[in-house]
Amino acid sequence: MNYNWDWGIFFKSTGIGSEIYLDWFVTGLGWTIAIALVGWVIALLLGSLLGVMRTVPNRWIAGIATTYVEIFRNVPLLVQLFLWYFLVPDLLPEPLEMWFKQDLNPATSAYLSVVVCLGLFTAARVCEQVRTGIQALPQGQTAAAYAMGFRLPQIYSNVLLPQAYRIIIPPLTSEFLNIFKNSSVASLIGLMELLAQTKQTAEFSANLFEAFTLATLIYFTLNMGLMLLMRMIEHRVAVPGLIAVGGK
Amino acid sequence: MISIDNVNKWYADFQVLTNCSTEVKKGEVVVVCGPSGSGKSTLIKCVNALEPFQQGDIVVDGTSVADSKTNLPKLRSRVGMVFQHFELFPHLSITENLTIAQIKVLGRSKAEATEKGLKLLERVGLQDHAHKHPGQLSGGQQQRVAIARALAMDPVVMLFDEPTSALDPEMVNEVLDVMVQLANEGMTMMCVTHEMGFARKVADRVIFMDAGQIVEDCPKEEFFGDVSARSERAQQFLAKILQH
Repeated sequence: MNYNWDWGIFFKSTGIGSEIYLDWFVTGLGWTIAIALVGWVIALLLGSLLGVMRTVPNRWIAGIATTYVEIFRNVPLLVQLFLWYFLVPDLLPEPLEMWFKQDLNPATSAYLSVVVCLGLFTAARVCEQVRTGIQALPQGQTAAAYAMGFRLPQIYSNVLLPQAYRIIIPPLTSEFLNIFKNSSVASLIGLMELLAQTKQTAEFSANLFEAFTLATLIYFTLNMGLMLLMRMIEHRVAVPGLIAVGGK
Repeated sequence: MISIDNVNKWYADFQVLTNCSTEVKKGEVVVVCGPSGSGKSTLIKCVNALEPFQQGDIVVDGTSVADSKTNLPKLRSRVGMVFQHFELFPHLSITENLTIAQIKVLGRSKAEATEKGLKLLERVGLQDHAHKHPGQLSGGQQQRVAIARALAMDPVVMLFDEPTSALDPEMVNEVLDVMVQLANEGMTMMCVTHEMGFARKVADRVIFMDAGQIVEDCPKEEFFGDVSARSERAQQFLAKILQH
């Protein structure tokens, strides 16, 4: 292969304003983090609610949550994104549709679509983890709480969920990393997150290899950092004498 | 205190309790025994409505369990229950285990609940373990904490569901000692147990169940006194567990 490596490319001017290529990556990383974190908050809240719903002793409530999971888990993420971005706005009431299509700046409307899409998609997966975490607990825990006079919502908040979350920290970590990686689909609806900036750099500078190498390193480092953070949390909340902590 | 009146319960087509009637008076200690699958645990769980039943009624201290208007959480908060597998909350410290229901169910202040909890912890001889978590205690210690936790709610009656069955032999006595002490203090108790020594020592009455029915229900002296007067099934059962 005859290729002229030029790692200095990131500090060269893009020709647009006074920006250097590295600025693009920084902006892109900012978008990636903004998508993933807000999406994660949605996923965690909605996923927890759905996970609880799947375990309550009521067939209808559980059924609603199950249906949700089956829908969002069985349609490809990219298809879901296109639905949210291209189709759903057309279904909104007229004023909302106009607001979304004309008043919002294009980056904001793309951002809203991708955050909602990733949040709802990941919620289905978080739901399943929360459900299994709750179901992994001995039935006697619920019985004991009932026997002391707790009501069902109190049992979830004081007894079941604090234990279930501890159990599912490892798979939840995977899901947390997944949402960062999945955020790259936003590049396909024109949001200039990390992957889109990488492609743009590659096209503008023709330094394809450098651009994608840097993007790979950024994704990798980001996810390693998040993994270590989650492991720290796992250690911090570990129950003495009870749950074995990963890596020990 | 507890009046069980013609209770029938089915799991789908299978009848697990058939016409069960008995009574536990205030201050009385009643031991329920019988082979596994006889329905004794199910019966005791019907008393605080952990298990629903389809026919009959149970009245606890004047409150009907079967009545759909009964506030079950309130009823349960007055009935202490101790489980075979302790069921302490593993993510909470011993102190928190003792106080959480007092605070969240009875609305006591944290200080009041802690004082009460620690006093009871001392009573079961575990005051040095207040800061630990359940996973750091032995089975016998956990069960003693579980008893203290139930007592912290100032129950009018205590239910024990095979409290020593999951314990190492060496730890059985420390739990039974606490229960004997409780019985001697006049607590109303309904105990599912195979500890016949305990039954002989403190029980007022013994109930023997088989196949979902109450086969024997008589004073302890009568139950252990003349075995030949017992039903055939009870004789078989006693022959097996009293041998050793």
